[in-house]
Amino acid sequence: MSATAWAWLVLLLPLLGSIAISLSFRAIPARVAGAIGTAAIGLAFLCAIAALVNLLGEEPDARHHASSLWDYASAAGLDIKLGIYVDQLSTFMMLVVTGVSTLIHLYSVGYMKSDEGYHRFFSYLNFFVFSMLLLVLAGNFVLLIVGWAFVGFASYALISFWYRRTTATKAGMKAFVINVVGDIGLVLAAFLIFRELGTFEYGEVFAKAPEVFAKGEWTITAICLLLLVGAFAKSAQIPFHTWLPDAMEGPTPVSSLIHAATMVTAGVYLIARTHVLFYLAPTAADIAAFVGLATLLIAGTIAIAMTDLKRAIAYSTMSQIGYMIMGVSIGAYAQGLFHLMTHAFFKALLFMAAGSIISAMANRQDIDRMSGFWKAMRFTSLMLLVGGLALAAFPLTSGFFSKDSILAYAEARGGMYTWMAIGGYVGAFLTALYTFRLIFRVLPGKPCKEAQHLIDTGELYHGPAINPATEELEDAEVGFPGAHHHIAEQSWPMAVAMALLGFGALFAGLIQVPGVDNVLFGFLEPAFHDSPLAAIHPSVGAEWRGLAIGGAISLLGIATAWLLWAQRPGLPAAFRQRFRPLYELAVNKWYFDEAIDFLIVRPALATGRFANSVFERFVVDGLVTGTKETVSGAGGLVRVVQSGFVRSYALLLIAGFAGLALYFLLSSS
Amino acid sequence: MEEVLFFLAALGALGGAVGVIALRNPFYGVLALIVHLFSLAVLFLLLSSAFVAAAQVVVYAGAVMVLYVFVVAYVGGGGESAWESIPGQRFLAPLLGIAIFVELAIAVLASSLLALGTDGPDVKAGFGDPAAIGYLLLEKFLVPFEASSILLLLAAVGAIVLAQRKREGESA
Amino acid sequence: MSIEWYVVLSSLLFAVGAMGILIRRSPVVILLCLELMLNAGNLALVAFSRMVGNQQGQVFAVVVMVVAACEVVVGLGLIVAIFRRKLPLDVDELRELRG
Repeated sequence: MSATAWAWLVLLLPLLGSIAISLSFRAIPARVAGAIGTAAIGLAFLCAIAALVNLLGEEPDARHHASSLWDYASAAGLDIKLGIYVDQLSTFMMLVVTGVSTLIHLYSVGYMKSDEGYHRFFSYLNFFVFSMLLLVLAGNFVLLIVGWAFVGFASYALISFWYRRTTATKAGMKAFVINVVGDIGLVLAAFLIFRELGTFEYGEVFAKAPEVFAKGEWTITAICLLLLVGAFAKSAQIPFHTWLPDAMEGPTPVSSLIHAATMVTAGVYLIARTHVLFYLAPTAADIAAFVGLATLLIAGTIAIAMTDLKRAIAYSTMSQIGYMIMGVSIGAYAQGLFHLMTHAFFKALLFMAAGSIISAMANRQDIDRMSGFWKAMRFTSLMLLVGGLALAAFPLTSGFFSKDSILAYAEARGGMYTWMAIGGYVGAFLTALYTFRLIFRVLPGKPCKEAQHLIDTGELYHGPAINPATEELEDAEVGFPGAHHHIAEQSWPMAVAMALLGFGALFAGLIQVPGVDNVLFGFLEPAFHDSPLAAIHPSVGAEWRGLAIGGAISLLGIATAWLLWAQRPGLPAAFRQRFRPLYELAVNKWYFDEAIDFLIVRPALATGRFANSVFERFVVDGLVTGTKETVSGAGGLVRVVQSGFVRSYALLLIAGFAGLALYFLLSSS
Repeated sequence: MEEVLFFLAALGALGGAVGVIALRNPFYGVLALIVHLFSLAVLFLLLSSAFVAAAQVVVYAGAVMVLYVFVVAYVGGGGESAWESIPGQRFLAPLLGIAIFVELAIAVLASSLLALGTDGPDVKAGFGDPAAIGYLLLEKFLVPFEASSILLLLAAVGAIVLAQRKREGESA
Repeated sequence: MSIEWYVVLSSLLFAVGAMGILIRRSPVVILLCLELMLNAGNLALVAFSRMVGNQQGQVFAVVVMVVAACEVVVGLGLIVAIFRRKLPLDVDELRELRG
């Protein structure tokens, strides 16, 4: 079978899984639903591998195919096909998405076990994977938008999965609304592309664009800026990022799949896919790079101040995506995608370990309450450590190779990009700092009471069912998390998934050691042959220099964290006092939520109130009621004739007759 | 001679008509109408319509007016209140009446139908005889004849239904 | 007398009848005025029949008499029914059919 046939199968299997589970959810027991869901994605992963093998059997420059099932809309100059585009980039994304999703499905089989909405969870999760695959495999902009919108919906459905919690539903709505703002940008960009180039198909668009647009022309810059609006909303970059921390209201597997590994990387994929357009609009590309850099740094500062475990990891995600956006904007396409892959591994792993710890804490997420888990949950702590090391780019982990490859490229490109590389190294220091802050707060030390309970009895501590954000009491029915929690030590699906990811987090970087092997870049690079930027390669020496600097900074960060949080617990408090305004800024997330509320939400509400009180009352209501009043007034006037007096009727009759006779008399004279 | 008869009959008709609309007591009104009907019969005779004149006296003055007398006797002659509840009615009514008369008169007198100014063609002796009417009714105007008999039937049934007393007590 | 005298007389009687309907309030009298108008029509019909020279107008007049009789029958039946229900015999009082 050809690569595209395998790709269609990859697309079909999660959809079938989702439909099968949603149609049969009353009939099948929970574990069957979990098995169907995981098997669907697992099979999809195998098909993706088959597609890869197929692709590798061809010449590197011939590895791109488009295949369409049927014409979706063919009229009046439009020609939209239901088609996919299989090349190195989409195959890579397919593999990452299906691979990590299989492991997360496996993890969910254990984690969500006592939840009443188990079937619904797997149905939604499968649908999400289908949507993400549709997004990366789409062969034209219209199907891309369809996949983009589906992913946004799946994210909404999964964030508000525990729908009886108002915090969850509000977070879901917030995510969806901000996503829709991004959708607007994407759709407008597609319209502009169609208007200028007359087609939606990727192959034609990227072939025609260099001929139709001059470099730096305002139309192509506008198109790229609109694409960026979409990318930033989906990838939670400033200023469209406020939904991501709130999205932690969803269950932990959702956070690890959607908000770490796949959905938030859609923006990175988009920029990589449309790199031809971004090459023609250097201003837009530079804006994207700056936004990536800014997000990287700002999110890093906020993560240091967060006390909610999942939210801290969420800001870390935001920061790492900033690296990836910066990378693909400046031309480091393969490097950015490399970091995408390694980040998927170690971030998913971190979320899984965090989920295990939160389960042990009876659903509480506050790190102020956590300590001493190293003694209580050895495996989970080890996995947390592994993920943390990879995130902090500890030498020889996967994150080490991927993050520093981006920064080495930035240096090699020179000019202002060297300053971006320096910013990136500062961000790397912050990353190591906040990551090991978490680790040194949670793992060592005297076990907290939940951990102690686990050590003493081997059972999980049972606390009251509460909403971790607001501390209000809930119950354990459908729409809330289940009564029982599950940790990796007691649930083999969770343990297996985490172990596999841990392996990837540690060793996945070894496929791309500079000067030693070139597996990934060699595979990906032909997809970017049409961009001169991708031809910039730092020398092996420069790469190793970058790696050395990165490794040193990472170790420095870990050491500082050790100093601040393990050795001298008083110091952070002292710093907080000393730099009060900075601390306030970080803890309040740089006041972005408040700013958006002030600039956008309040004017919108005021407009609504104005429309209701003035426009609705006077114009619309006036029109409708006015018409009604006029008609009934006229009716009232006419009604006077219907007096009931027979004699007035007779009078009118005879008067009419007299009038008529007069008329005939006059007209005949 | 014919003119004198005409004027007398016309006066009678007019007087009867004015009496109907002017007299308070409906019984006197009925009597005035009877006078009117008889005068009209004379006028029909003057127009050589013997059968119609006879039918007028027998059917109209004879049967219909007797019916009226019965009803007025049963119902009684109420006094109508003098005040007018519809504004403008008492003023407009004579005005409209005069207007109608004037218009119709002008239509007739200024008509280009020149035959109106004559006495009509010379007619044979049996012009208004029952035989002539009878032939027309049964040959040319058979359908109207039958239709009017059905109408009579309907009217009779309707009158019975209307005047029916309810079995147990009155209901509205 | 030429025909036009008869027709003018007929229109005068018609006008008087119309005025009577507009002025009087008792249903009985109104019906009487209706008779006036019908008879005025009859007179015109017979006059024109004489003018034309055939009896078709007279046949028409006979049919009109039939119709008038039927109408009187129903009208008086109505009046009797109203009287029986003890309602006032005054067309101004009987006005529930209004808008």
